[in-house]
Amino acid sequence: MEKLVQLTVSGLTNGAIYALVALGFVLIYKSSDVLNFAQGELLLFGAYLTFFFVAQQGLIWPLGVLLTLVVAVFIGVLIERFVLRPLIGEPIISMIMVTIGLSSLLKAIVNAIWGPVPREFPPFIPSHEVYLGTAVVGMDRLLAIVIALILLGLFSLFFRYSREGIAMRAIADDQQAALSMGISVRRVFAVSWSIAAATAAVGGVMVANIVGVSGDVSGVGLRVFPVVILGGLDSIPGAILGGAIIGLLEAYTGGYIGQGLSQVIPFIVLVLILMVRPYGLFGQEIIERV
Amino acid sequence: MECGIFHTTYQQDMAFRHTWMEKARLVLLLGFILVFPFVANRYWLTLANQIGLAAIGAIGLNILTGFTGQISLGQGAFMAVGAYGAGIMANRLGWPIWLTIPAASLLTAGVGAIFGIPSLRLKGLYLAIATLAAQQIIDWLITHWTSLTGGVEALVLRREANVVLGVALRGDRTFYWIIMAFAAATTLFTANLFRTRVGRAFVAIRDQDIAAEVIGINLFLYKLLAFATSSFFVGLTGALTAHYRGIISWERFTIETSILYLAMIIIGGLGSVSGSIYGAAFMVLVPAFITNVGRQFQTTIPAMAQLLPFIQQGIFGIVIIFFLVIEPEGLAKIWRDIKSYFALWPFSY
Repeated sequence: MEKLVQLTVSGLTNGAIYALVALGFVLIYKSSDVLNFAQGELLLFGAYLTFFFVAQQGLIWPLGVLLTLVVAVFIGVLIERFVLRPLIGEPIISMIMVTIGLSSLLKAIVNAIWGPVPREFPPFIPSHEVYLGTAVVGMDRLLAIVIALILLGLFSLFFRYSREGIAMRAIADDQQAALSMGISVRRVFAVSWSIAAATAAVGGVMVANIVGVSGDVSGVGLRVFPVVILGGLDSIPGAILGGAIIGLLEAYTGGYIGQGLSQVIPFIVLVLILMVRPYGLFGQEIIERV
Repeated sequence: MECGIFHTTYQQDMAFRHTWMEKARLVLLLGFILVFPFVANRYWLTLANQIGLAAIGAIGLNILTGFTGQISLGQGAFMAVGAYGAGIMANRLGWPIWLTIPAASLLTAGVGAIFGIPSLRLKGLYLAIATLAAQQIIDWLITHWTSLTGGVEALVLRREANVVLGVALRGDRTFYWIIMAFAAATTLFTANLFRTRVGRAFVAIRDQDIAAEVIGINLFLYKLLAFATSSFFVGLTGALTAHYRGIISWERFTIETSILYLAMIIIGGLGSVSGSIYGAAFMVLVPAFITNVGRQFQTTIPAMAQLLPFIQQGIFGIVIIFFLVIEPEGLAKIWRDIKSYFALWPFSY
């Protein structure tokens, strides 16, 4: 029983981090129908930028994180302007490949600047152990849950009430109709990419705090695909629930069956779920007409 | 030079090559392939072999992604099935090379068809992710099924496996002929495939799968057939690589390999057999070129040795982005443009 509680807690905290990363995917997909394979590298950039500002330049951490967010927003806008905008309306394979190319480029830039040697992340996030009943959990992981939930709330409100959020939903629904209603698709795409990059930077900081500043941070990007697909690519609650499910699944298989299997179980579940529900748990089903 | 072509018989219209220019180019290419191993040194032979292997795999992937419109991020894993299949058949069952290569390719076709089943319900992004899952699952099986594959240790093929009728097939030059023969056969097969019912059904599925079903194409059958055909050639590349190198390790068949092959067909041209070959040549030659240039600067810039892999990686990304933004139809389109420029040369209007 104690093991079950411990596994549940650690599964949920890992799930919160997955959900945090998944939010960035969903945001971009929701507004521009692009699945961003470079999301992991945006995390990497966030982690290294914070490392650069706080550990290498010696800034106090709130300022360092703030500067990281500013640079991340800038990178997001640049990516949208020079890489994604020329490809509006191109087939899906082009979109996938261009973000894959982007991920390769970003990884190369990070490696060329900071080198491939793993670094230690500046310890400004409290990571002492907290006891929840019988379960032990790190403070940093609890913070990840809190941040994920706050962002979930913010994004839900954003998409429901704010002008930009409604414009994003309109564009995702029908680009031409949105254009004819006077919505600037370019501006909205730029906004969504900058928000996604900023979210990724926050996610990168949380992940780097746990695994250290190294190429491993971007690996989380790959592991999050089952989460977004499971929840449905265009659903924010889906991202959170998907994160929790995959996190728990990994923890339970790791705890009861074997550590090795927990790496692959999300993908097996992914294939099975896709066979039954091709659009994920909460994804919008698209009715196709010839 | 190539203008004013009028076909007066059906035979002419359906001919594989139409003009004397096309025939001349084909003869020149064949001549080059035949003469090449006698003039090239070992380095160039290795590169040529890599291009040949990559071309077979790229054509295979193009059948699935370029012609049938099913995006696959799992080709690296299918290649691993071919390579490990051939290796295990050679080592455990003691089969010779002429048996392992077709058997391993057929095995890969079967595995590919199994992982193609989700394509019946999934499209686009969701299918891409499902094939990504196939990649992860197969990778995991290879590294964890130690009793069969040797796990993370490299698998070394028996040397006797490469002996056919008492002749040992080894070395770059011998394999040059084997690989080129297979590459030529693959090219010929695929170019002709799209002149048959099956090939046209593939293209119809790519263009509009619902419409294809309405006009009587069995989606279940043809999608799986596309996965199987494509995986067959990808497995062939894997099996040939296994026998050529004599040693295989799982690191050569990760998601990066899948991405590399996707990049080849994007850069070469989606839905183009010749484009697959151009793309394969491009993706083999460019990194080799960068490495050579990097070595030149090694004395002037000492940090070059550490930077080189990242420069390669960065240029890989830039090339993909560049082609998608500037020339989405790839090298095949550039070559077509050159040809059409010279079609009326020097009196183009």
